[in-house]
Amino acid sequence: MTARFKDRVAAALADPVLKLAIDRTTGNAERKRAAAVADFPQFGAARARGQAIKDHVIAHLDHYLEMFERNATARGTQVHWAADDAEARAIVTNICLAANARRVTRSKSMLGEEIGLPHALADAGIERVETDLAEHIIQLAGEHPSHIIWPAMHRTREQVAELFKTAHQPPPAAEDPATMVQSARRVLREKFLSADVGISGANFLIADTGATCTVTNEGNAELTTTPPRIHIVTAGIEKLVPSTAHAFALLRLLVRSATGGEMTQYTTFHAGPRRTGDADGPEEMHIVLVDNGRTKMLANEFRDMLRCIRCGACMNHCVVYRQIGGHAYGGTYPGPMGSVLTPVLDGLAISRDLPNACTMNGRCAEVCPVGIPLPTLLRAWRRRSWREGLEPAPVRAGIGLWAQFARRPRLYRLATRLGLRVLRLFGRSGWISRLPLARGWTDYRDMPRPAAKSFMDQYRAEQRARK
Amino acid sequence: MSAQPKPRVGLFVTCLVDAIRPQIGFAALELLEKAGCEVEVPQVQTCCGQPALNSGNDRNAALLARQTIAAFEGYDYVVLPSGSCAATMVHGYPELLADDPDWTGRARAMAAKTHEITSFLHDVLGYVPQGVRLEASATYHDSCSGLRDLGVAEQPRALLSHVEGLNMRGLPGNDVCCGFGGAFCVKYPDISNAIVTEKAEAIEGTGADILLAGDLGCLMNMAGKLHRRGARTRCFHTIEVLAGRAGGPAIGEEAS
Repeated sequence: MTARFKDRVAAALADPVLKLAIDRTTGNAERKRAAAVADFPQFGAARARGQAIKDHVIAHLDHYLEMFERNATARGTQVHWAADDAEARAIVTNICLAANARRVTRSKSMLGEEIGLPHALADAGIERVETDLAEHIIQLAGEHPSHIIWPAMHRTREQVAELFKTAHQPPPAAEDPATMVQSARRVLREKFLSADVGISGANFLIADTGATCTVTNEGNAELTTTPPRIHIVTAGIEKLVPSTAHAFALLRLLVRSATGGEMTQYTTFHAGPRRTGDADGPEEMHIVLVDNGRTKMLANEFRDMLRCIRCGACMNHCVVYRQIGGHAYGGTYPGPMGSVLTPVLDGLAISRDLPNACTMNGRCAEVCPVGIPLPTLLRAWRRRSWREGLEPAPVRAGIGLWAQFARRPRLYRLATRLGLRVLRLFGRSGWISRLPLARGWTDYRDMPRPAAKSFMDQYRAEQRARK
Repeated sequence: MSAQPKPRVGLFVTCLVDAIRPQIGFAALELLEKAGCEVEVPQVQTCCGQPALNSGNDRNAALLARQTIAAFEGYDYVVLPSGSCAATMVHGYPELLADDPDWTGRARAMAAKTHEITSFLHDVLGYVPQGVRLEASATYHDSCSGLRDLGVAEQPRALLSHVEGLNMRGLPGNDVCCGFGGAFCVKYPDISNAIVTEKAEAIEGTGADILLAGDLGCLMNMAGKLHRRGARTRCFHTIEVLAGRAGGPAIGEEAS
C-alpha cells in the first residue's frame, strides 16, 4: 500500500461523520435502484440492448465521430478535438478569453473534473460558478467530488448547513433542506443571468442529429446553457450514440441505475446556437470532444470500460467504497469504475493500490447496467502491475516462494507439516490472537488455530489403515 | 446395485481446508459417498492457484492450473468445498490458458465438469439429506465467488432445509462481501476490518446460534472477527452440518 493511499484510507476510516454520510446516500441509492429494477421486468433485455449499443459505437467510433462532427457543424456548432486534458483545457480557456468572459457558469460534468477545468479557469483569471447544488457545496468547501452522481455525498446535510451559514450572505434562515436549497437558488440565480459563458458536459452525443443530451434533476443545466452568450460542451468521445432512440434506450438504464428514478426531471437536447427567430439560446455553441486515453483503451484490455455510462451503481454497491468514500481513491473517478479508469488517466505507478484494494466480490459487475466485467478489468491492471514490477518486493517474493512449494506437492506436504507445527505454537484454546507475520489479520481478528494434522496426512493414514 | 456405474469424483479439498480445517474435507468425502459417488483424493493437489491469479502473477497461476488439470481431468467430475476455488477452475483456468493451444481445450473440458460441492450435490446428483438433525438456529452468508461466478444460492439452502430441527434465519446483507478477498484482507487490513465488522454486527443481529457459509476463507474471516468481538456464534461450513458433523467443534473450537 503506497503511503498516500494508506493515509487517505486511514483518514476516511477515522471519520464517523463521513461513514454516516456514505451510508445514507449509498444505502438509499441501493434500495431505490433495487426497487426500480424490480419494477422494470425488461431490465435484463434493456441491459443487453444497452451493452450492444455501446459495443457497436465503440467498434465504429471513427464513423460516428465523423457523423457527429458533420451534423453538429451543420447546425452551427463549432466542434473541437482534444487529444488530452491539456489540449481540452486550452481550448476551453481560449474560447472564454477570446470572448472576454469574466464569469463562467458550469453545470456538473465529471469530464470537466477529469481535464482539470476548474483549476484552468481559475488560472486564466475567470470567475467560475458551479450551478449544480452539490457542486456549489463542493466549490464553497474547496473540495472535489467524492461521487460521480452526488459529488458532495461525503458531507452530511448538517455539515452543509454549517457551510451555508458562513458562505451565504445572508445565511439561510433555517437548517432544513428546503430552506437551504432556497438559499442556494438565491445566491446562484443572479450569477446564472450574468454569466458570459456556460459550460456543461453531455450524457450523450447524438451522431445523426449532432445534438448533445444532458440529464439533470435540478434544472441548473438549462440555466447554465441557455442565458450566456456562449455555451461550451466538454465530452468524452465514448459518449457517442447513433441516434436519439439509442440515447433513450440508455437513459432507461442510466437513471434507474443512478437514482432509481424512471426519468430525470430534465432531459435536454442542445443542437446548435440560437437560430433566427429562437426565443433564447447562446450566440455560439462549442463542443470539445476529448480523447484523453480513450482511443488507447480501444486497442487494449480495457476496451469494455468505454461502455461506462457513469451511473455510479458500481460504487454504491462496493464494500470498499462504502467504507472509505470517494476521496480516498485519489483520482477523478472513485469506486470500481474509477479503479479501472484512474490508472488510465494518472498512470499505474501512482494508482496501483486501486485495482488491488478490491475483494473481487463481483457485485459491481452484477449491477452494472452495461455489463462491464469490472473485476476482470481490475485483475488486468494487477497483471500489468506484476509485469511492470510495480508490486512491492515482499508480495512478489511471498507469492514466488509460495508457488515454488505449491508446484511441488511432496515438498508442499512437508512444508505444510512444518508450518502447522509452528503455527500451532502461537495458538491457545483453538485461536491464535497474535501472529507476527500476519499482523494484518490478527490486529483485527483472531485466527482459528490450524489442525494438528493436515487433511492429506489424515486421509493418507486412513487409506493405509483400510488396506 | 444399480446398473449405472458410480460417478468417479476427484475431490479437491483446497489448501485452506487441508491445513486449517480437515473436517470439511472429510465431510465432503462422506457426503459424496453417501450420494453415490466413488471419490478419490489425488495426492498431487496443493492449491488451485488463486493467490497468484489474483495477484496478477499469471505465470505461476498457469503452472498450477496445468498441474491441477493434469491430476484431475481423468475424473467424471471435479468437486470442491469452495465456491471461489471452483470458480478459479471454471472461469480462471480457461482464461489463463486461452492462448496455450496444448491446454486450452483441456482447461475448458475440465471447467465443464468442475462443481462447487453443494451445487453438485443438489443440481447434479439430486441429493437429499436424510436423518440429519440439528436443534439450532443458523444464518447463511453467500460467499461472493460461489454466488456470482457459479450461481450457488438456492442449492445450499435447499439442502439445509432437510436438516431437521434447524431453524434458518435470514441474514441482512447476506450477499454482501465479508471483506476477506484472499490477500486483500492482509494487504488492506483496515478496510477489510471495517467491512467484516459490519458483517459481524449483522450476524450477531440475527441472534442465530450458528453461521454457515460455503468457503473457509470467508468463514475464517467472519469467525475470527466474531470471536474477537466476544460473540458466541459458532461457525461451520455448510457441508459439515449436512454431514451431521455440527455436533463436533466449530471453527476455532478444539476437540476436548
